Amino acid sequence: MERRAIFPNKKLPYLLVAPQMAITLVFFFWPAGQAVRQSLYQEDPFGLSVTFAGLANFHRIFADPNYLYSLQVTFIFAIGVTVMTMIPALLLAALIDRVVKGKLVYQTLLIWPYALAPAVAGILWLFMFNPGMGTLAMLIRSTGYNWDPSLNGTQAMLLVMVSAAWKQVSYNFLFFLAGMQAIPKSFIEAAAIDGAGPMRRFWTIIMPLISPTTFFLLVVNMVYAFFDTFGLIHAVTAGGPGKDTETLVLKVYNDGYVNLNMGGSSAQSVVLMVIVISLTIFQFKYVERRVHYS
Amino acid sequence: MKLSKATVLALAASTLLTAPALAKTQIQWWHAMNGTNNDAVERLAKEFNESQSDYEVLPVFKGSYNETLNAGIAAFRAKQSPAILQVFDAGTGVMMAAKGAVRPVEDVLKLGGFTLNKADYLSGITAYYSDPSGKLLSFPFNSSSPILYFNKDTFKTVGLDENNPPKTWPEVFDAARKIHEKTGKCGLTSAWLTWIHTENFAAWNNVPFASDENGLGSLTPTLKFNGPLNVKHFSTLAELAKDGTFRYAGRTSEAKPLFLSGECGLYLDSSGGIGDMVKSGMNFGTGALPYYPEASGAPQNTIPGGASLWVMGGHSDEEYKGVAQFFHFLAQTKIQVRLHQETGYLPVTLAAYDETKKSGFYDSHPGREQPILQMMGKAPTENSKGVRLINLPQVRDIENEEFEAMLAGKEDAKTALDNAVKRGNEAIKEAASRLQ
Amino acid sequence: MIETRQTGRLIAHFLLIVAVIAMGFPLYYTFIASTHTSSEILSPPLSMLPGSNIAGAYGLALTKGASSAGNVSMTLMLWNSLVMALAIAIGKIVISMLSAYAIVFFRFPLRLVCFWMIFITLMLPVEVRIVPTYQVIVSLGLLDTYAGLTVPLMASATATFLFRQFFLTIPDELVEAARLDGAGAMRFFKDILLPLSRTNIAALFVVTFIYGWTQYLWPLLVTTDPAMGTIIVALKKMVNFSDADTPWDAVMATAILALLPPVAVIVGMQKLFVKGLVETEK
Repeated sequence: MERRAIFPNKKLPYLLVAPQMAITLVFFFWPAGQAVRQSLYQEDPFGLSVTFAGLANFHRIFADPNYLYSLQVTFIFAIGVTVMTMIPALLLAALIDRVVKGKLVYQTLLIWPYALAPAVAGILWLFMFNPGMGTLAMLIRSTGYNWDPSLNGTQAMLLVMVSAAWKQVSYNFLFFLAGMQAIPKSFIEAAAIDGAGPMRRFWTIIMPLISPTTFFLLVVNMVYAFFDTFGLIHAVTAGGPGKDTETLVLKVYNDGYVNLNMGGSSAQSVVLMVIVISLTIFQFKYVERRVHYS
Repeated sequence: MKLSKATVLALAASTLLTAPALAKTQIQWWHAMNGTNNDAVERLAKEFNESQSDYEVLPVFKGSYNETLNAGIAAFRAKQSPAILQVFDAGTGVMMAAKGAVRPVEDVLKLGGFTLNKADYLSGITAYYSDPSGKLLSFPFNSSSPILYFNKDTFKTVGLDENNPPKTWPEVFDAARKIHEKTGKCGLTSAWLTWIHTENFAAWNNVPFASDENGLGSLTPTLKFNGPLNVKHFSTLAELAKDGTFRYAGRTSEAKPLFLSGECGLYLDSSGGIGDMVKSGMNFGTGALPYYPEASGAPQNTIPGGASLWVMGGHSDEEYKGVAQFFHFLAQTKIQVRLHQETGYLPVTLAAYDETKKSGFYDSHPGREQPILQMMGKAPTENSKGVRLINLPQVRDIENEEFEAMLAGKEDAKTALDNAVKRGNEAIKEAASRLQ
Repeated sequence: MIETRQTGRLIAHFLLIVAVIAMGFPLYYTFIASTHTSSEILSPPLSMLPGSNIAGAYGLALTKGASSAGNVSMTLMLWNSLVMALAIAIGKIVISMLSAYAIVFFRFPLRLVCFWMIFITLMLPVEVRIVPTYQVIVSLGLLDTYAGLTVPLMASATATFLFRQFFLTIPDELVEAARLDGAGAMRFFKDILLPLSRTNIAALFVVTFIYGWTQYLWPLLVTTDPAMGTIIVALKKMVNFSDADTPWDAVMATAILALLPPVAVIVGMQKLFVKGLVETEK
């Protein structure tokens, strides 16, 4: 996206991006470079014996039959989480625009789940839904339904999707709300005077005006589902049963952090980065066309 | 020597008013002890620091076992490693293979002027943390062993003898069936299928888990836990899982509440879990880990779970002397007795066991002697010294995946075990290739 | 007309209440658990009504949390968490807003390069860069410092992206008008952009504050001094699933206590939301 009106300063923009670039270079690009370098080597955990391996780590990834399955699991998971997050959040933000009484209370109560530390959330899901210790799991089982995510892959997938989406609904709600609040009320009132009903106003005025936010959330949710969920999945299902909830990032985590295979794990994260970067470029090229800025 | 130490002490005491911490050599101890165990660690460090004035042990909590190991690795690579790093049982193989990164405990003790008399220690535990020549590599800190828990009330209800828990696997399965038939509830559940039903199963029944003394003698052992006895065992578990006689709840100890809430009558878990049972106030009993009567030499000995303290390389001799002194402090009978009684972990020394026994502690705390009895008595065989794979966590993951497929009815026990062995062997070879 | 409006509102209220219950249930569960004893928590099903152990659990949380953290008081850990959360939130917002401003409102040769360089940082799995990042911190001598705790977490593609999205919606006419009035780049930023961004800043402040507040792995790795401990690390230190007694009641109570500061931030920021709304309507 380009804008017509710009400021002519030549040096100022560099000054403005400098702090961000400095931190990015030191704390992201340097480590990322290390990860790329590491993906070309085979080494033991302590870095005592390091040998150049060329593309062997990459060959191994694509020769692994489980990798394709994990890719499939990841896409199902990412799409599921994005849908389960954005639709309820958008709906809630639209609903809250319509009520007058209790608005602040609703807002607070819809946002506060986000404040729960992920480190605690994982434990909590076990206490609610694990077939052994979960209170809700027992309730479900007492209805006669065989709730057993420790052995049933579909149920396990549903469970990790819901637990990953839960907090993210609050996050999405917050930004949809911020987007909607920024819409001048005069626009909506004008449409109402023209006789547009609430549904029509939502689709023809609110949706286009918050499309920059929607696009932002789409990208952020996808990145979240791809990268930020390993801790949660690790705590809730550990990738099981079998490999039914083993997403790509959980595999990176398992191979690097649990199995201490630095080279293999780095190679996987390089592949993962390539996948997500291409997806993002795709979204910028095609999806962003439908975004209305000003 | 004694004189000089006294002088140092006097000097330290006299300088205490001006610069108390200056003269002390600091020793970082990174650990993963949480819950009440963390209190025990803090107390140990405090007592050691007060007992002498040359060294100061600084315990630092570094997260779960996995997080602690990774923090230690990151720190070693950045030349910031702690002198003492606590590493869990499954990480033992990794540490043993990292020869340049660690200092054997036996050498460190020697450097500090202490000799290690192995006969004073519980053989099942020290064997696990020693190299093939018998040299002690890490200091056993917290050890536990799998035992059988059973619900006495359930036993009474269905007419089983609450004072005589089943001893063999066939007896356990019969009891589980009886509970399921009479109450409709689950008869048997278990924590840690891998650690209990393959690793300890092998040691206790004296069958191999892997070739080359379960990996002690080689970096690339061949897994062997798909033998006839293993297949028989898992076939029965899979069979019992079909009608809910056996229930599975997860890869670690997620099944514990099934036992605590009275849902399942029999339960296998680490002896470390006994605290929760006591606290819950339920009427439970404990028994030895079951074995198969047809296995020759069974019951042999169990292998410890838990963690040990590794000494990291790259520190000064002064620090190593402090570490030696700290380990010497830890091995004292009165410390071991207290650790054993308070944390529920096993004592490392025989003297601590004898003293606890004499004090009548085991009479008032039923079940607490069981894991120790399983760990001593018989000299460990090549099947029971422990499992020393360099990638044990990964092999455990593979086993879990196959067990889950089996319990979900997707494959039979033989296929599951064969697959686990085949995939595990490939993973071991690949991991070993990274070390050469 | 009015009648359908009222039914519409009633439906909205109904749906919102359902959502509040569904979303809040895990937190309600935490609270309920914090009022029961440890053994009740471990023997499911847990009663869905408050138990009688509330004083015990919170008393234990307030005293126990301190003793298990190496004689560091709960107050100090809360303070550390607060410093970390505030520094990350403010730092993130400031640097992202500045860089988004540069990218949207200026033309300079490296503009797109900068944008993509920042953007790509969204896509780096933390686990993979944690060892090299740790090495950077060591070589900069930042172990056990607030700077080491916060600066690496300040770079944020998310916030930059959000500001970019918002800045692109600012009508060109507004910029032209400001320039005709003789306003320079920095005055436009201060007098026009900043006030307009209020709702977005408020929303970002909420999520970045919480992001900083709930950090676990990073503080665990870069601090060894107990006096640098945070409340979330202390919380995890109390939890042991398999091998030791865990004071589950105190864990749940601490989880609730650790929730209070972020919730205060949410409530505080709500007011900004409303204020922003009122002013745009003027």
